[in-house]
Amino acid sequence: MDAIILDNVSKFYGEVLGVNKVTLSIPPGITSLVGPNGSGKTTLMNLIAGLLQPTRGGISVCGLSPSDPEHFFRTLGYATQYDGFPRGLTGWEFVRNYLRLFGFSPKDTERMAWESIDRVGLREASQRKIAGFSKGMRQRIKLAQAIAHRPKVLVLDEPLNGLDPLARAETIALFRELGNEGSHVLISSHILHEVDLISDQVIMMSQGYVVAEGQIRGVRDEISEQPMQVLIRCDKPDVLASQLFHHSQVVEAKVHADRGGLLVRTHHAESFYKLLNRIALDGVRIESVAPADDDAQSIYEYLIGSEESTK
Amino acid sequence: MMTLWNRQILAIMRIDLAKTFFAKRGLWIYLLALSPAVPMLLHSLLDRHEGNSDFGQDVQIFAGIFQFFYLRIAIFFGCVGIFMNLFRGEMVDKSLHYYLLAPVRREVILVGKFLSGLVASVTIFCGSVLVQWCSLFCHHPASLLNSYMFTGPGASHLVSYLVAAACACVGYGSVFLAAGVLFRNPLIPAAVILLWESADGILPALLKKISVIYWLKSICPISIPSPKGNNSILNLLIFDVDPAPARVAILNLMLLAGFVVVWAAIRARRIEIGYGSE
Ligand SMILES: Nc1ncnc2c1ncn2[C@@H]1O[C@H](COP(=O)(O)OP(=O)(O)OP(=O)(O)O)[C@@H](O)[C@H]1O
Ligand SMILES: [Mg+2]
Repeated sequence: MDAIILDNVSKFYGEVLGVNKVTLSIPPGITSLVGPNGSGKTTLMNLIAGLLQPTRGGISVCGLSPSDPEHFFRTLGYATQYDGFPRGLTGWEFVRNYLRLFGFSPKDTERMAWESIDRVGLREASQRKIAGFSKGMRQRIKLAQAIAHRPKVLVLDEPLNGLDPLARAETIALFRELGNEGSHVLISSHILHEVDLISDQVIMMSQGYVVAEGQIRGVRDEISEQPMQVLIRCDKPDVLASQLFHHSQVVEAKVHADRGGLLVRTHHAESFYKLLNRIALDGVRIESVAPADDDAQSIYEYLIGSEESTK
Repeated sequence: MMTLWNRQILAIMRIDLAKTFFAKRGLWIYLLALSPAVPMLLHSLLDRHEGNSDFGQDVQIFAGIFQFFYLRIAIFFGCVGIFMNLFRGEMVDKSLHYYLLAPVRREVILVGKFLSGLVASVTIFCGSVLVQWCSLFCHHPASLLNSYMFTGPGASHLVSYLVAAACACVGYGSVFLAAGVLFRNPLIPAAVILLWESADGILPALLKKISVIYWLKSICPISIPSPKGNNSILNLLIFDVDPAPARVAILNLMLLAGFVVVWAAIRARRIEIGYGSE
């Protein structure tokens, strides 16, 4: 009841594949949807928000469907990727005009519009015409429009695109806030490191398919039969490398150019860590050991980047 | 429920009316609507200068311009501009999704937009009828005008023209609203409808009745006398052999428009956002 559920959803644009056979159950919290251009992120979000109808499969958001718009769109807010606005409006008019469609009293409408504009930090600018806004301001006014009615489910298509570092940090803080309030926040991006720190879970897409899904660590485990990389800082990396090569878990070991470290690829992380403990007792001084790719970026590169490069 | 829908329709009209009335790209609609007033005013000035004033002739001139140009060209294309843009214009601006993401039924969106189009077009085109009326008749002596308007048929003619113009907005408006919902490129259906409406004179009686112009001609207060040579093309356009009574015509036109709007509302549920991939 509390989740966004997609059941074997496919969308074709004529012959062109948008997304294929997507089955997901997205729990509350911040979820990022990651994939390169054309992987189907926007298509998936448009399907969830009812801007597109699935060719096959079924979708429900907290038990609601877009065929019941009067309830559905009170629950869901969606800031699309489209950089389009009705002509001739100021930022404030834009947010207020569409908020009027909810049927709140005029006073509440005004108050809620201001509150959301304040949340994205556009109070002054919102008195100017949107036509004169910068890309970052347009992104933020779209965000204000999407959150103005306080939806429980917020879908944001590339909301960080075009924001400067300060605005980006502020916006990310806002996502955190919204996530902590118990909302669903679904954020898409093709740059993973900007969202992986704040995400409770990730969904990775490539060429219309969901290729991995879950918590970042979980996603890593899902592909555990694939090698994992570990970064070791130590004083005698070549000695360590030669010792490691005697063990079958180690696929590859590369000594850093500065001769102060080693990058190891292994098939089995746990037994490798045990092995490392034994070797460390044999006189190699190890400063630090860290998984080189336990962040989503490397998983992403791995899953999607490598596919891209073999194309 | 009704009060929510009323509020929503009002909110939609506030958004869309501003767009329709004050859009720079809609300026040509005003020019088109007022275009008959220019030759009428010139004619007026010329008549006054030459001191001749044939009242009966002026009544005929008004009727001719109204039926031949105003209904068929000015209001027709004005409604293409206003009503097709209600949906297509927002597709071009990539702003239609803001409506589709609001807690409003698609049918309510459609009705709200239709009413906005109607308010705008009726204001513009009925307003222009008044301007034209004044331009053409202003040079006649006040006493003559008075007796024409209040003891003669003048007032009822004027009301008939206003009703016909408003009905034209309802009829053409519904058709072009539907075309905007149904077609990606609405210019092709507009051309087809233009052909259909022009062929009205040669259509069999039954088919005629599903054209807008047939009913509009029936509302017009005076029929143009047919010129010599009964088979000229011009004749087919203006002259109608079997007009319906005005009341019946209005009723039928409303039914036609209602049917088209309901159909468009049902189809609106299937609208998908595809502004072209970004
Ligand atoms: N309206 C459309 N008509 C035809 N094909 C489309 C349409 N919209 C998207 N596609 C196709 O569907 C696929 C998925 O596109 P989508 O826009 O969902 O990707 P995306 O992940 O959002 O990409 P981006 O990062 O560029 O926004 C692409 O191959 C795209 O060409
Ligand atoms: Mg996209």
